[in-house]
Amino acid sequence: MTQAAQNLAESEGNLIVLAGVPLLADPRGALYWAEQGLLVVADLHLEKGSSFAARGQLLPPYDTATTLARLSHLIANYAPRCVVALGDSFHDGGGPARLGDSDRESLRIMQRGREWIWITGNHDPEPADGIGGSFTDAFMAGPLTFRHLPSGATGEVGGHLHPVARISHRGRAVSRRCFASDKTRMVMPAFGAFTGGLNVRDAAFADLFGTLAFTAHLLGDSRVYSFAAKRCLPD
Amino acid sequence: MEPARDLFDTSPALPDVFARWFTSRGWQPRAHQLELLAKAKAGRSVLLIAPTGGGKTLAGFLPTLVELSERGLRPRNLKSTGRALARSQGLHTLYISPLKALAVDIARNLEIPVQEMGLPVRVETRTGDTPASKRQRQRRDPPDILLTTPEQLALLLASADAPYLFGTLRRVVLDELHSLVTSKRGDLLSLGLARLFVLAPQLATIGLSATVAEPDELCRFLVPQPLSGEARADLVVAQAGAQPIVTMLDTEEHLPWAGHSARHALGEIYAHIKTHKTTLVFVNTRSQAEFLFQELWRANDDNLAIALHHGSLDVAQRRRVEDAMAAGKLRAVVCTSSLDLGVDWGDVDLVINVGAPKGSSRLLQRIGRSNHRLDEPSEAVLVPANRFEVLECRVAIDAVAENAQDTPPLRTGALDVLAQHILGRACGEPFLADQLYAEIRAAAPYAELARSDFDATVDFVATGGYALKAYERFAKIRLGKDGRWRITHPRVAQRYRMNVGTIVEADMIKVRLVRSRRSGAVVPRGGRLLGEVEEYFIETLRLGDTFVFAGEILKYEALVEDEAYVSRSDATDPKVPAYEGGKFPLSTYLAARVRALLAKPDAWRALPDQVREWLEIQQWRSVLPKARDLLVETFPRAAKYYLVCYPFEGRLAHQTLGMLLTRRLERARLRPLGFVANEYALAVWGLGDVALRIARGEVSLAQLFDEDMLGDDLEAWLAESALMKRTFRSCAIIAGLIEKRFPGEEKSRRQLTISTDLVYDVLRKHQPDHILLRAARADAASGLLDIKRLGEMLSRIRGRIVHKALDHVSPLSVPVLLEIGRETVYGEASDTLLAEAADELIKEAMS
Repeated sequence: MTQAAQNLAESEGNLIVLAGVPLLADPRGALYWAEQGLLVVADLHLEKGSSFAARGQLLPPYDTATTLARLSHLIANYAPRCVVALGDSFHDGGGPARLGDSDRESLRIMQRGREWIWITGNHDPEPADGIGGSFTDAFMAGPLTFRHLPSGATGEVGGHLHPVARISHRGRAVSRRCFASDKTRMVMPAFGAFTGGLNVRDAAFADLFGTLAFTAHLLGDSRVYSFAAKRCLPD
Repeated sequence: MEPARDLFDTSPALPDVFARWFTSRGWQPRAHQLELLAKAKAGRSVLLIAPTGGGKTLAGFLPTLVELSERGLRPRNLKSTGRALARSQGLHTLYISPLKALAVDIARNLEIPVQEMGLPVRVETRTGDTPASKRQRQRRDPPDILLTTPEQLALLLASADAPYLFGTLRRVVLDELHSLVTSKRGDLLSLGLARLFVLAPQLATIGLSATVAEPDELCRFLVPQPLSGEARADLVVAQAGAQPIVTMLDTEEHLPWAGHSARHALGEIYAHIKTHKTTLVFVNTRSQAEFLFQELWRANDDNLAIALHHGSLDVAQRRRVEDAMAAGKLRAVVCTSSLDLGVDWGDVDLVINVGAPKGSSRLLQRIGRSNHRLDEPSEAVLVPANRFEVLECRVAIDAVAENAQDTPPLRTGALDVLAQHILGRACGEPFLADQLYAEIRAAAPYAELARSDFDATVDFVATGGYALKAYERFAKIRLGKDGRWRITHPRVAQRYRMNVGTIVEADMIKVRLVRSRRSGAVVPRGGRLLGEVEEYFIETLRLGDTFVFAGEILKYEALVEDEAYVSRSDATDPKVPAYEGGKFPLSTYLAARVRALLAKPDAWRALPDQVREWLEIQQWRSVLPKARDLLVETFPRAAKYYLVCYPFEGRLAHQTLGMLLTRRLERARLRPLGFVANEYALAVWGLGDVALRIARGEVSLAQLFDEDMLGDDLEAWLAESALMKRTFRSCAIIAGLIEKRFPGEEKSRRQLTISTDLVYDVLRKHQPDHILLRAARADAASGLLDIKRLGEMLSRIRGRIVHKALDHVSPLSVPVLLEIGRETVYGEASDTLLAEAADELIKEAMS
């Protein structure tokens, strides 16, 4: 582990224990399992800009490069043994084919010397060529299961919902991406540059966790802030 | 004395049938009506400046009616002749108004002379409400006079039959031009006008306007601009009406130090309503309107018919108020700028303006809403809500007496609007870039448009304008072998038509009245629609909160998709909507007059005693700045150190100044904690002793307020400013980057659109000179951030900062300090807020 990663690991607020496993919630929106050398990111939605462009809305084509650059910083920080992309890694099935040369190259560099697992999502249900890595619907390690669509199972780390939480204080509201977790399951924040969010007070989360007895871990600029879901504002 | 008679007798311009009609109505043609007629007959374009009630609309249509009457009965040809054939007769005059309701109202009024004189003239309107079948028929068989809005004109121009439809056009009448030209709608209109001049070379224009500061600029707007120099329409100025009688309410009550409610003057306002036939009570914001309406009804022992009118109320509700008003059934209407313009609301004999007048021209226009007979003076009463507003009202009354105008200068055409227009042109027919560039430069707001900016905008429309040329295959328009740009698919035109226009409103949430429910019960659905409020307002509410809307105290029950469900509440102390400050900042002109008044103690005699005493104590305790100086006061209070300055440049510029100043104070390790701004002053507080650091020579105010804060500090702040992101969002929507509506899709907006904040972040990082970012910056300069005005202020006060180190609060600073807690405090990074909220929880848990 690099020094930076160690510093983060030592700050208590960023540690989330899930099914007995201590996981490091990085404020940049990734999850790191130190014992396994496992770095997890969810919902990259690469090539979302070009996906919109193909349908007539010419959004900037820089989202993929932005997302990959952020991921590359994390990888440089943690030097993980394995990277898990938790599904919806591309915004649509044609995404891998539209990937620009330099983006493809930076992806290849990140994958060098480590395992890379693409978990399939609803936006990218099929394995794709030319992006390296291996493809699977779910990935299990110890007591944890990594799967795109959260099912609520014990020890599950899911994505898909793009959780966002809103806190109001002194008359102002702040809205941030967040990890949503109770002691047994977790939903990860979306990592992609163009990914929006779903408020954790939406019924989808209450359904998943059974109640509002879960915690939103909001991504701050340099740390993660934890609030009970009840404390978060609905939309 | 009616000078019109001589002109009438000698003028051959007015045909007999018109002369007889005027006589039958008991009217004399007015001088300006005949002057305009003569100029129009000579083929000139004309700007008519006339007060309300000056027969302005009739003047605008008179040339058209005369020409059409002389043309006689036209043969009708209902066959579609296609655009290859020019016809001898067709659409003659286009009338464009900023308000749909105004177009409809004018059409009704025009029918009177047309019918009474038996003129062979067909008048029709075309608005968003016109049924599709009628629209199609209008294209095939256009009326003589079509009344419409700038958006509808853009739509008509973006169709293949535009040359057919407009080829015969002789005249465009632009109503309320002073109001149209100050916004992006004016930009869009100017581009449409430039196109019309190409399609119909014989075209002339008539602009109708209230009095403005620079009529020459409006005259430029009305005619195509040559490559060098400038062209102007002729100017006709109607004789002014009687001088209005404007007074300030001389209250018996204690004048509040701060706040905008004018609660203290309620009884006196009510007394005025009682003694007049019909009163318009203008306020600056919706929440003030709601508040005042509530309070007036609480005091309404005589059960007077008092109504409420503002832009967020349901349209049907507004129409009911307008109709009742026109029918003379109301004693008073509490309203916002929703009634600033247009339609004649009946026999108003008093205008009350509650709160700050903001600008001289603005006040004059509001006063003009009363008494539409020119020879009788309009009567208006100004009600300041606090002490600073007394100063503003005082100088506004002087300005009105001098008929001083402070309307803003003509805009520089926005690039996002240009992008929309270019796509519209391609939807109409393929265009040559050189020709289109020349056409656009003829529009006054775009006369200075650089070719490189035009090309960049075309590039943006085609493929997004990105340095990374990734979207060639997704292009919306493409350059053909014939050198013309054309759309790549009919779908592009379809989507353009669904998204045309420049009015980007805050996302609105419908408010629906339901029955109250016990906690946990399912919310009943489908109650009466009360109106719409901004999404960000609803976001600040918690379920169960009460607020005032549509004249009632309501409880927030639930948010269901795009609708907020509310129930009637019996709460007596509702959470009143936060004061939004109003859209219009204090005009630079009135601000300068307020500063001049402060600097001249001799002039304070005209002020109420309470206010004069306040200023005298300030003079004794601290100092009052000279007219061009900036006073900065520093003092300690409750373990914090305050810095208060008085630029008088309006809340928006002060907020921007506050953001930038706190950054600098942070760097100087003065540990600022927050700031609050009002229209007149800015207060910053923190843990560091500013006065001490200045005394030691470690901090200099000159450096703190140096203009270079508009460099790097501004840049750094723009990266995260929510106001800047909001500005970018509207540019992105106008330019067509983000589409709000898609054909055939019924999904809600939230599901379809991407967050423009994310697009802003990414674009700013990768292509900071992208055309949309440039458009957003241009808007920010004069819009929500008012950077231009801040820059002018910083330059004005260079070497003119007067510092007063005090040991306690000064009288002048009290109003702005009272805003603390009442106002949203900007300036904290949102992370700090999260940390504080988290810490508070910890404290709670540990205690």
